Amino acid sequence: MQSSTLYRRSFVASAFAAASCVAFVPPALALSEAGAKALVDSLVADINRVIASGKSEAAMIRDFEKIFARYADVPIMARYALGADGRGASATHLRAFTDAFQGYIARKYGRRFREFIGGRIEVTGARQIRAGYEIRCTAYLRRQSPFEVTFLVSDKSGKDLFFNMFIEGVNMLLTERTEIGAMLDQRGGDINRLTRDLRATG
Amino acid sequence: MLVLSSIRTSALLLALTALGACATPGPGDVSPTGVFDPYEDKNRRIHQFNLGVDRVLFRPTARGFTQFTPDALEDMFINFSENLSEPSDMVNFLFQGQIPDAGRSFGRFIVNSTFGLFGLLDPATEVGIQPTDTDFGETLFVWGVQEGAYVELPLLGPSTQRDAVGVLMDFFTNPFTFAFTLPFDNVGFYVEALERVTERGRFSATIDSILYESADSYAQSRLIYLQARRFELGGSGAEGYIDPYTDPYDELAGVDNSFDPFEEFDAE
Repeated sequence: MQSSTLYRRSFVASAFAAASCVAFVPPALALSEAGAKALVDSLVADINRVIASGKSEAAMIRDFEKIFARYADVPIMARYALGADGRGASATHLRAFTDAFQGYIARKYGRRFREFIGGRIEVTGARQIRAGYEIRCTAYLRRQSPFEVTFLVSDKSGKDLFFNMFIEGVNMLLTERTEIGAMLDQRGGDINRLTRDLRATG
Repeated sequence: MLVLSSIRTSALLLALTALGACATPGPGDVSPTGVFDPYEDKNRRIHQFNLGVDRVLFRPTARGFTQFTPDALEDMFINFSENLSEPSDMVNFLFQGQIPDAGRSFGRFIVNSTFGLFGLLDPATEVGIQPTDTDFGETLFVWGVQEGAYVELPLLGPSTQRDAVGVLMDFFTNPFTFAFTLPFDNVGFYVEALERVTERGRFSATIDSILYESADSYAQSRLIYLQARRFELGGSGAEGYIDPYTDPYDELAGVDNSFDPFEEFDAE
């Protein structure tokens, strides 16, 4: 009797311990500082490779789109950029918008990356933030003072991906939400028209 | 000389009065993106004016200028202009209590004005005196003056009330940029204009994308200016981090925290 109580009690205790393990000690799957840094290192290496490839602008932009899709949490970024207007949209419309957004970002920022030819980005530090990690980098461009580029990395999508980027304090998500919001206003809040036009923008 | 100093004094008085008139945002006056813009209608009209000037004058001049000027010569113009701003930077650093930075500005001015051919070259950086930059707007920030409302200035572009006062003060109190009696002494003003033309040309693609390729160039330049300036003054800017995972739509002002995109993804 006593032993069974003891057994039951220890069972409860060990079950509780196991549960708390799951709750409080996220195992190896969780994003670590090293993992976040490795992601940005690899991202930067891929970007540098495209820049150095000397391909045509169109080919480079296609490569940037692949890099963006691989390293960034595009759905969450697209949804943030769409803002509160995205709430009423159907899953199909959101997917179409996300797809158009991915191409738009690749074209818009891919063109900027051309200015990086002959330059380099170095990872300088990492810091934990609420959603994951902040990875700080310094960009060295020809004939320009070095400037700070920061990536925010999270694993909340199920994979280690970056979800925002700052260039000298300028927040990409916020800037794009302002831009997408203005485009949407000009189209009377019509997400379909926005999606269609976005495919030809950037 | 008397005229000059009385103009300087009145500029100072005007600036201080303007400072006293800085608008203070009430609750709900600041947008979720951190923008306080009570003069938006007026600002937008000035923005249209600035766009017109850029399109017909500034942009073509800058593009032509940078296209036909060798890079090395452009660098010299920029060095020269930066060097003329060192004394004013030094004074501002002193006002801010940043003694080592004031020393650096002073050192750079001495080294570049002598060994750097009156500032055309920048040997100071090569011997390890790194460039520093400040302005009276930053001094006001250090003194605790609030940013005030966003304003777009004619010809000069995006600013805030605090920075506008800073620009005014820097301009009228710097002997290189403002000297009525000897026109040649205004050299700093022309050189500054030249520096701006050079930079407009050099960063043409980026500036064009903001001014001519965005859906609302006023809103884009306003947001980019405010963020970049706050970053410059405050450092990290991390306090404003959005966490789109927990607060997908707005953490900055807490407009709506009820929606979590990941819940929707899970449901799909």
